[in-house]
Amino acid sequence: MEYFLQQTINGITLGAIYGLVAIGYTMVYGIIGMINFAHGEIYMIGAFVAVIAFSILAMLGVANLPLAILIVLATAVIFTSVYGWTVERIAYRPLRGSFRLAPLISAIGMSIFLQNYVQVLQGARVKPLQPIVTGGLTIMRSDHFTVALSYIQILIILTTVALMIGFSLLIARTALGRAQRACEQDLTMAALLGINVDRTISLTFVLGAGLAAVAGVMVTLYYGVVDFYIGFQAGLKAFAAAVLGGIGSLPGAMLGGLLIGLVEAFWAAYFTVEYKDLATFAILILVLIFRPTGLLGRPDVEKV
Amino acid sequence: MTAAAISGRLAGSVKEAALAAFVALALAIPMVGLHTVDQGGTLVVETRFHWVAIAVLLVFAGRLALALWPARLRLKARREAAHVAVDGHFRVLKFLAVAAISIAILLPVLPITDRYVIDVATTVLIYVMLGWGLNIVVGLAGLLDLGYVAFYAVGAYSFALLARNLGLNFWECLPLAGALAAVFGVLLGFPVLRLRGDYLAIVTLGFGEMIRIVLINWQSFTGGPNGLTSIPRPSFFGLPFTRTPEEGETAFHQFFGLEFSPYHRLAFLYYLILALALVTNAFTMRIRRLPVGRAWEALREDEIACRALGINPTNTKLTAFAIGAMFGGFAGSFFATRQGFISPESFTFIESAMILAIVVLGGMGSQIGVVFAATLLVVLPELGREFAELRMVLFGAAMIAIMIWRPHGLLARRDPSIVLPLPKRGTA
Repeated sequence: MEYFLQQTINGITLGAIYGLVAIGYTMVYGIIGMINFAHGEIYMIGAFVAVIAFSILAMLGVANLPLAILIVLATAVIFTSVYGWTVERIAYRPLRGSFRLAPLISAIGMSIFLQNYVQVLQGARVKPLQPIVTGGLTIMRSDHFTVALSYIQILIILTTVALMIGFSLLIARTALGRAQRACEQDLTMAALLGINVDRTISLTFVLGAGLAAVAGVMVTLYYGVVDFYIGFQAGLKAFAAAVLGGIGSLPGAMLGGLLIGLVEAFWAAYFTVEYKDLATFAILILVLIFRPTGLLGRPDVEKV
Repeated sequence: MTAAAISGRLAGSVKEAALAAFVALALAIPMVGLHTVDQGGTLVVETRFHWVAIAVLLVFAGRLALALWPARLRLKARREAAHVAVDGHFRVLKFLAVAAISIAILLPVLPITDRYVIDVATTVLIYVMLGWGLNIVVGLAGLLDLGYVAFYAVGAYSFALLARNLGLNFWECLPLAGALAAVFGVLLGFPVLRLRGDYLAIVTLGFGEMIRIVLINWQSFTGGPNGLTSIPRPSFFGLPFTRTPEEGETAFHQFFGLEFSPYHRLAFLYYLILALALVTNAFTMRIRRLPVGRAWEALREDEIACRALGINPTNTKLTAFAIGAMFGGFAGSFFATRQGFISPESFTFIESAMILAIVVLGGMGSQIGVVFAATLLVVLPELGREFAELRMVLFGAAMIAIMIWRPHGLLARRDPSIVLPLPKRGTA
């Protein structure tokens, strides 16, 4: 029982991170119908910016922990958003209206580029960071097992919940959110009604990159190690999460992220650690077979 | 143009370039300007802002040049290029194909050829064959397969396991390996081919990773991360390429009364893959004219129209998927027998991306384009070994650039499968 509870906590933490990345996939897919293959790499860049920012703050001797985390979050979000914007501007915008596979191939190229760009510039070695947020709460204690909820897990879950609420409000209430929803329904019609489509799409990429950067900061705090390859696996899993929840649906992305995180944690705990990635992909394939629209997705009507 | 208009345009271009340079600055500061160094367990940040300055200047100059390049000229040049490509396209292509095959056949006996050349040429041909195999799936049927390397791996491992455990020889294993790869293709394709194209891409990518995870973790069967060693070398229809054959066997050089030379085996391997690749090509060219091949191309263009005409999309795609997988399996068996050693390291996603890049670069559906692209992608890194670190960076950038400037590949046009006999000067 204690073991189960502990794994649930770990799974939810992991799922929160996947969910944040998955939102980026789902938003972009909703609006321009393409898989932003380079999104995992954006998340990886967010993690790298976080490592660099933490190191600088440590060298400067900033001791106030909440302040440090806020500064790092802001830095990571800003710089990573610029990456998100540039990726769209360079690799995807010129291809709007090209044949269907063109942006996807361009996205794969972008993903390979960014991964190796970071490897060349920042080095291929794993970057270890000293633990920054330590300690935690003990929830339950039995003779041989202690269930712990660390402060970093609390931070991750709270940040994710706050961002989700803010984000839902943004989509539901603001002019940008309305423009996004309009673009999602019909790009041409939205443009005819005076919505600046290019700007809306750019902002979507910026928002997605910002959320991925937050996820990158969180993962840096959680695991304490970062390398240039983390974006590939995380990107695949976050995409699986987006599909599982129903691609195009924001609550779906979050739900999918949670489920994938939980499955991974339980699989690793009760079956074999080696095959935990296999479980994720197997779920992805099963969902696509039996419920191609995902858990919360709308059926995709094919128009002639 | 008046002086005022020109200066106005110049000012606009400079503004554009300044904006681009500013974005480049924001991009470069965290990733180029700063990097962390591990010093006794703690990370220390080092700066290299001169690199940032260089990057920003380069972006500024590049953007300015692009903005000042007269737009009308650009369009005109493109149109002319397209025109030239159409005129005499067929004759040139046919000539190129004949020349390429002749060179390929004569290569091992040319005086300039040594072991190194033949080795690189064999690698090129493996990629040509993989490219042609994937071309059936991506180029003809229009299905984006990001896990093609999985079938390559299935072919290689089934060859290695069959040959090691059951003692079958290369020619017995080859069809089995191809068939197994095709079975995997059907198993994967059956559930996922009903999906939209981009889902298919991700699922195949996931499948490629799954195969790799299984290969790494199923130690007892696949040898795990260490891979499989001592895979039997191929023999010339029963004649081994060894200096001293075993009791009761005749070696290749003894049978033909030649001096022993390790070059014989390399040349044989080269001809083997050449033959396999040419069979792939011939098969593709023929099947394109059959109803199923035409159905593939029709499906690529318009799935709904196909369904209305009574084509079963899932079955049609499945055949393309299975046949593509089969050729991947053949190439995999060849790879295993050539290396004598295989490990999951050889079957990563980058390999899939490389094969896909060959198909895309060559122009999807163009057979000669694949040859061209495979040669380019294998030989260029060989020439520029000092750039090895930057190789993948350039590779990714090239994929984006080609999609933007020549979305239909370097050899711009795919030759149509059926051509109406037009009068000499067509209405093109």
